[in-house]
Order: sequence, then structure tokens, then C-alpha cells
Amino acid sequence: MAFATLVPGVASAVGEQLVGTLQTSRSGPIEGVEVTVETADGEEVDAVETDEDGRFAIDLPGAGSYTISLDAEALPEGVELGNGDSRTVQVADGRSQPVNFGLVDGSAGSGGGNIRAIQLLVDGLRFGLVIAMCAVGLSLIFGTTGLTNFAHGELVTIGAVVAWFINVRGDVPLIPATIIALVVGAAVGALNELALWRPLRRRGTGLVAALVVSIGLSLLLRYLIQIVYGGASNPYGDFQSQRSVDYGVFTMTNRSLASIIISVVVLVLVALMLQRTKIGKAMRAVSDNRDLAASSGIDVNRVILVVWMMGGALATLGGVLLGLNDQVQWDMGFRLLLLMFAGVTLGGLGTAYGALVGSVIVGVFVQMSTLVIPDDMKYVGGLLLLIVILVIRPQGILGSRARIG
Amino acid sequence: MSELINAFAIAGKAALGFQAIFFALLAIGINVHFGYTGLLNFGQIAFAMLGGFGIAISVSQWGLPFWVGVLVGVAAAVVLALLLGLPTLRLRADYLAIVTIATAEGLRLVFRSVSATPVTGGTRGLSAFNRDFIDLAPWDTGRRYDILGTSWSGGELWVAAVGWLLVILFSLLVWQLMRSPWGRVLKAIREDEDAVRALGKNVYAYKLQALVLGGVFGAFGGMVYAVNTGSANPDQYQNPNTFLAYAALILGGAARVLGPVIGSMLLLFILQFADTGLRALISNGVIPDELLTSTDVAQIRFVLVGLGLILLLVFRPQGIFGDRREVMLDAR
Repeated sequence: MAFATLVPGVASAVGEQLVGTLQTSRSGPIEGVEVTVETADGEEVDAVETDEDGRFAIDLPGAGSYTISLDAEALPEGVELGNGDSRTVQVADGRSQPVNFGLVDGSAGSGGGNIRAIQLLVDGLRFGLVIAMCAVGLSLIFGTTGLTNFAHGELVTIGAVVAWFINVRGDVPLIPATIIALVVGAAVGALNELALWRPLRRRGTGLVAALVVSIGLSLLLRYLIQIVYGGASNPYGDFQSQRSVDYGVFTMTNRSLASIIISVVVLVLVALMLQRTKIGKAMRAVSDNRDLAASSGIDVNRVILVVWMMGGALATLGGVLLGLNDQVQWDMGFRLLLLMFAGVTLGGLGTAYGALVGSVIVGVFVQMSTLVIPDDMKYVGGLLLLIVILVIRPQGILGSRARIG
Repeated sequence: MSELINAFAIAGKAALGFQAIFFALLAIGINVHFGYTGLLNFGQIAFAMLGGFGIAISVSQWGLPFWVGVLVGVAAAVVLALLLGLPTLRLRADYLAIVTIATAEGLRLVFRSVSATPVTGGTRGLSAFNRDFIDLAPWDTGRRYDILGTSWSGGELWVAAVGWLLVILFSLLVWQLMRSPWGRVLKAIREDEDAVRALGKNVYAYKLQALVLGGVFGAFGGMVYAVNTGSANPDQYQNPNTFLAYAALILGGAARVLGPVIGSMLLLFILQFADTGLRALISNGVIPDELLTSTDVAQIRFVLVGLGLILLLVFRPQGIFGDRREVMLDAR
């Protein structure tokens, strides 16, 4: 967010190195800043300029203690050093040692006043729309089958990870990679329904048992993903080095803007589909009263299959947009799941529009809460909101009283 | 062959060690919640965290005696159960599930956050709080003891001895409670809440009492874990542990007094055996490196637990000892 994050950039093959990246959320990567390294006796080892991605890497003659400093004058306007312009670091044998200069771009702290609130509102809107996209599927699945799907977060992760593999490993641009991932996501959703949940429904497995099964599935998938993908967080190959565009009262990168536009368009399309098309009406009918829908000639199983496919594809898209902003991680979906539940509960469990409204509110609330609570506790704010809703209005904003039993 | 025997011995130690006690205590608590009352508490690990940190914070931060720390841990668990139960127990089962899992994750994030570091030690956690307890051991805790091909430190043995004593005491307590009129009301709530309400019982109060009781058992589990490892770190209390305890309970048999105990011993044995066995197979080159490296083995246990939960619930929801009629598992 506010500090210059440091990605241990170039993985070194041989020898000791000092590596780092200069960037802040507002300025993007910072190019052309001179970084100088000296040995403990003050002898200069090397001086390099950061490249277009803000990265630098300096080869060292051996292990030991080094002082690294950067030219503060060359930093762009608004970016300042939070904590002095030099660091003394110990480098171990054969290690590529990351260095972090705490860059401050003014987005931290309460200095911004109203402007900061607007910035957070916009960030929150982007985040909330992503949550909404993932949560619509969760809510529709609950509505049509009664299943509280704890493995829905893994649909998000699978989508993001599949897109990452196609994009970074397969060297395909992100947009076609995402389209392929959407198909995979829909297929994973369909597989979920056909291989697991439909047979379970046929066996008459109770809803609580199904809930525990979904927990098991979530564990199974989450740790399989960690084995396949690894524990590190990685960015997508495209759209990474973007500078924020200044819109007066807030700034935003073009990828965040694209994320907002894509989410709004997709969610409007989903709403139109639910409202106007035959299958959409059937979904709402099954959600409302399954037996009545079945007796009026709707093929309930087919509707549920479509819901799963749609849920899988939407979760995938949400995962890619989330990964574009925060990098791809093996447990990103699980961490989002709790906020999805918060959003879905706030809006009313089982209603598609409720999930939408609730998720956006949760996203905005989580981001705005950093005005008063520390950044690393912002998810806690969302979870507290969930509990408060349950006390005040357990059926949610758009839910009906009868649903909560 | 010697590797196989070795894997057996290590797995046997795991089945009797502090981790088995930890999961047994968590699972006994979940048994009260889920097995007997039908409550879906997915945040049992939060109770354990409060138990462990109750001791750790009291002793190493506030300088209080060890036993006061135990009381603080229990009190914190009671408060958490009330906070969780009061808003959600009137609602349908899955609401409690969502709220408890969210609370467990939220509490862990709070405990490991930078702003909580002065109290909880943040991501580094707290240590050096178990001396008073280890010193009570009737044998020399400075040396190691060899039992059936495995090596135990004196402190480990002492924690295991006291831990199993706790497991036995709590199992007896659960056995007696569930035979009492109070326990019969709990079981009736699981079967048909409305019928119990029609008989004039205060269902809400009974559920709340069950939540508190099970939560306190969980807190003791966290204490055993923290005291044995000698450190309390928020990241030891990750939420998959709750589901390991669920797996143990369902494996042994829910709504049976010994179900959670046998279940967690068996689960730990299976997991540790798989762990040691896989590592041996990888280092021997039987499993090629491209397929699985030894760093992946730590994740395999959760994959196994996930798969095990699914298979158990689909094919044998009553576990080993359970009664199918008692675990229909579809209370709504």
C-alpha cells in the first residue's frame, strides 16, 4: 500500500548480490535512481541505476557487511524516504540479499484528510466489486442447493493460478490467458457439481454433512494448490509497471480502473441474465422454491449445473482481477472467502442481488476502516461487520425473514 | 525394513505425544458442540489460542504465577464463547459456522498484527512461560528417556502425562454429563430443537452452556500445546487445525465419549506415518523429485485430512465407534 514493497527481484544464479525494487503504490516503479554500494571500509563496490521496473541488482565481491545508499534527489516528486537514505546489511555466503528502503508516498498516515477517504472509497469500490463477482456464485449455489460452500474460495484461487500458469509459464498475454482460465473455471465448477454434489444430493446427504464435505474439499484443494503452485506470491506478467493516474481527488492505476469497469459490466450482464433470460428466471425460481420450480417443469439439475458453471467462471474472473492487484497466492481465495461470507450475509444469504450489494459494502468498509485501524487488521473490520449484522439484522439487507429459521 | 519400523515408532510417539493430546482436547470440545448438541463451531482453534496465550501473556508479560495464567486462559475462552454464542445461537446452524470461522481467523490476525506486538509478541510470539509447570515433574526433566525406540525429553513426558490425565478427566466428565438430564436435553436439541422448545426448555441457554463447556476444553488443548513447545505463536493456531480436530472426531465417531480420543490418536498416527514414510520414499528416490519434494510433505497432511473428511462423511459418517442414527448430520 503505502510503503515501497520489495520483491526480491532477480533470482541470482551465483555469487552474492544486493537486490531490491523501488516502487510505491502511487508512483509505480521508479526508474533511474542511482544506488551505490560500499564495503564496510567505505570502498565503493558499484553504482547502478534502477531499471524500468524499479529494480536494481548489484553483484558483490563476497559475503560480509555492506552499506547501500540511494540518491534521494532523484526520487520523483511526492515520494520520500521514510527512514534515511542508506542501509547497512549483512550478506551471507552465496545469498541474494534483498534490501528495503522504506519509501513513503504520502498515502499512509492521516495527512490526506478527505482526499485519503476518497482514495480509500475508490479502492474499496474496486475491492468490493471483486468480492461481489466471486460472491454471486456462492450466493446462487446456496440459494439453489442450500449448500454453504466453504470450498468457493478455492474456485477463486484455481482461476487465478490457472491464469498465472498460462500467462507466465505459457507466455500467453494475460487477456487470452484469462479467457482460457474462465473456461477452465466453468469446467471446474461443473466438475464440482457433476462429480461430487449431484451424487451426494442423490444419496440424500444432509446439509450439515455436505457443509463438512465442502470444508474437506477446501482443505484438499487449497493444499494441493500450494504443492503445485508453491507458497510464494507472484505477479502476472502483464500490466505490472503502471504508474497511478491522477484524477484530482484520488489516483488510480489503469489496471484498477479496468478492474472496476470489467466488474461493473460483468455484474450488470449477470443481473440482466437473471432478470431477462429464461435460464436466469429459472435460477431465481429454483432459488425461491425448488419444489414449485420443479413441478412447473423446470429442470432443476440443469439449472444447478449452470449456476455452478457460472459461479466457477465468475470466481475465476474475480481471482484474476484480485491477483492483478495483489499478486497471486495459494490461499488468496480462502482469505477472500470470509469476506464473501460477510458480503453474502450482509446482503441476505441466497439472494443474488443481496450478495452484490453486501459485497460492495464490505469491500468499501474494509478499505475505509484503515482510516481508524492499522492496515494489517483491515480484514478484521470486515469480520466484525459480519457479526454486527447478525446481531442487528440476521436476514441481511435484501433477505426475507423466513430464510433464517 | 528398518525405516518402516522407524516410521512406526515415530508415528507411535506422535499418537501418544502432545499433538495427539492437543487434538483430543479440541475434539472433545467439538464433540460437545457438534456431536451432542449439533452446533457447528468451526473456530475451535480460537479457543485453543486464547488458552495458550492466556498462560503466555499472564506469565511472561504480566509476571503472574502459572496457575493464574491457566485461569486467565479459561476465563478468556468463556468470554469468547459468550460473545460468539449470544448473537448467533438463535439463528440457523450455518450462521454459527460462518461467524466462528471468521472470528478464529480474525483473532489470529489481531494477535499477529503489529499493533498487538507489545502484548502478544506479534509474529514472533512469546516464550519462556512454562518453567513453573515443568519444574513440578517428579523426574529429572534435564535428560532424555528412551521408550520403545523413541526418545522423549523429561519435559515432554511430563506434559504428556498431565495431558492424558486431562483427557481422561474430561472424558469422564463428558460421559457423566451426557448421562445426566442436562446431557439428554442437549441430545434432544440436536435431534429436534422445536420439540425441546415445546417441552418448555430454554434451548438458547442450553446451547450457550454447551458452547462454553466445549470452548473451555479447547482452551486446555491450546495450553497443552503452548506449554509443551514452550512458546506461543499466533501462527501455530491456524484454522486448518480446527478441521484436523473435526476429522479426528468424525474418524473416531461423533457423539461417543471415546470417539474424539481414539480418533485423534489414530489420526496423528496416520498423518505422522504418512509423513515419515513419504520423506523416506523421497530421500530413497522411490518418489521422483519432480513429483513431490520433501518440502511438500508438510502440505500432504492437510490434503489427506481433506480427502479423509470427504470420504468419511460420504461413506461412513458415524466413524469407527459411532451410531449411524445418532449422527444423521442434517440438523438444520
